[in-house]
Amino acid sequence: MIALLIRDMRLAMRAGGGFGLGLSFFLIVVVLVPFGVGPQAAILSTIAPGILWIGALLACLLSLDRIFALDWEDGSLDLLATSPLPLEGIVAVKSLAHWLTTGLPLVLLAPILGVLLNLPEAGFLWLTLSLALGTPALSVIGTFGAALTVGLKRGGLLLSLLVLPLYVPTLIFGAEMARRGAEGLDTTTPLFLLAGVTCGTIALLPFASAAVLKVNLR
Amino acid sequence: MTLTVTDLSMARGGIPVLEGLSFALGAGQALVLRGPNGSGKTTLLRTIAGLQPPLAGRVEAPEDSLVYAGHSDGIKPTLTVAENLTFWAQAFGNSDIAPALAAYSLTPLAERAAGALSAGQKRRLGLARLLVTGRAIWILDEPTVSLDVEAVAMFADAVRAHLGQGGAALIATHIDLGLSEARVLDVAAYRAKPLELDDFDGAFL
Repeated sequence: MIALLIRDMRLAMRAGGGFGLGLSFFLIVVVLVPFGVGPQAAILSTIAPGILWIGALLACLLSLDRIFALDWEDGSLDLLATSPLPLEGIVAVKSLAHWLTTGLPLVLLAPILGVLLNLPEAGFLWLTLSLALGTPALSVIGTFGAALTVGLKRGGLLLSLLVLPLYVPTLIFGAEMARRGAEGLDTTTPLFLLAGVTCGTIALLPFASAAVLKVNLR
Repeated sequence: MTLTVTDLSMARGGIPVLEGLSFALGAGQALVLRGPNGSGKTTLLRTIAGLQPPLAGRVEAPEDSLVYAGHSDGIKPTLTVAENLTFWAQAFGNSDIAPALAAYSLTPLAERAAGALSAGQKRRLGLARLLVTGRAIWILDEPTVSLDVEAVAMFADAVRAHLGQGGAALIATHIDLGLSEARVLDVAAYRAKPLELDDFDGAFL
């Protein structure tokens, strides 16, 4: 399992691994918003938590089809499925590798980009915290979507359509938590709901992903 | 250690391709599958490897004894030869890759990126994977594609050594491997009669 994690991290970091793709997309979205919305600091600081969350979510979405597509094309997925590693474990490790190469860098980059959007001072901690809590769910749900569409040619469109509705609860509670934090309000409720969504998806979805992967490999 | 296939039937894309297939493969034995294109050799091997369920019949083998090698080698072009092989060794709980590299003359290429290998060298790397898995029953689908004469001989040597250690091999191939001890099974004799599938999947396939 650890060998698989190391392999996936290594593949992501090497040339053509797509490590920077999500990050640069996030950067571009956040840099462009002030140009589109205009330079009024008050408006920017109101929409900052939402924009940062949407940017992170779309950046995550962009990298999903790589989770299984490459392994499917070169035959590794068949070989992995017949190896002693349990399929649920393979799926969980793939989600973790996706989070480490996409979600975690987004979490670390978000506070820096918050400055560009005039995020209120109180919001930085809550934004980072909400992304740290929410992005694992994005990776796990995304892995489920990728497992559903593995083997489909140009499955990216279908993948986005399948996964986006599942991302909505995470987005609502995550952005709400960051917004309340930025305005100095109590964040307990969205925090618990966000943590609940994340824990639930991590606990259940790897099994669902493994089951659909098994069907798709036939 | 015996792989036993009893009255096996299987389908590809919802259409039955082979039925009533039975054979047993014991330690030190090799079985070569033959049959025209589309006769169901790959489907049979994937069914035995557990990648798809059979329509009917049973596949019995000791737990953790099978290793499957398909048309694609599962090689990552940005990893080196040694890194590719080490990953598979670790996935199967082993660590020593040197004998496998040596068996297919890959030692001088160990530090090269696998993407820079020729088609035949990639295939040799794919076959070297079998040696690091430590599994007893090899299930091989067209293992000699893009191999030159020398590499085919290397492969035949590796299979012979594997059989000598009490292993077994089930090989779908069109060429003569020079394995005189191997039995031959022509799957064309087990072609399934065309019939409509009445199961739930049929509506979607």
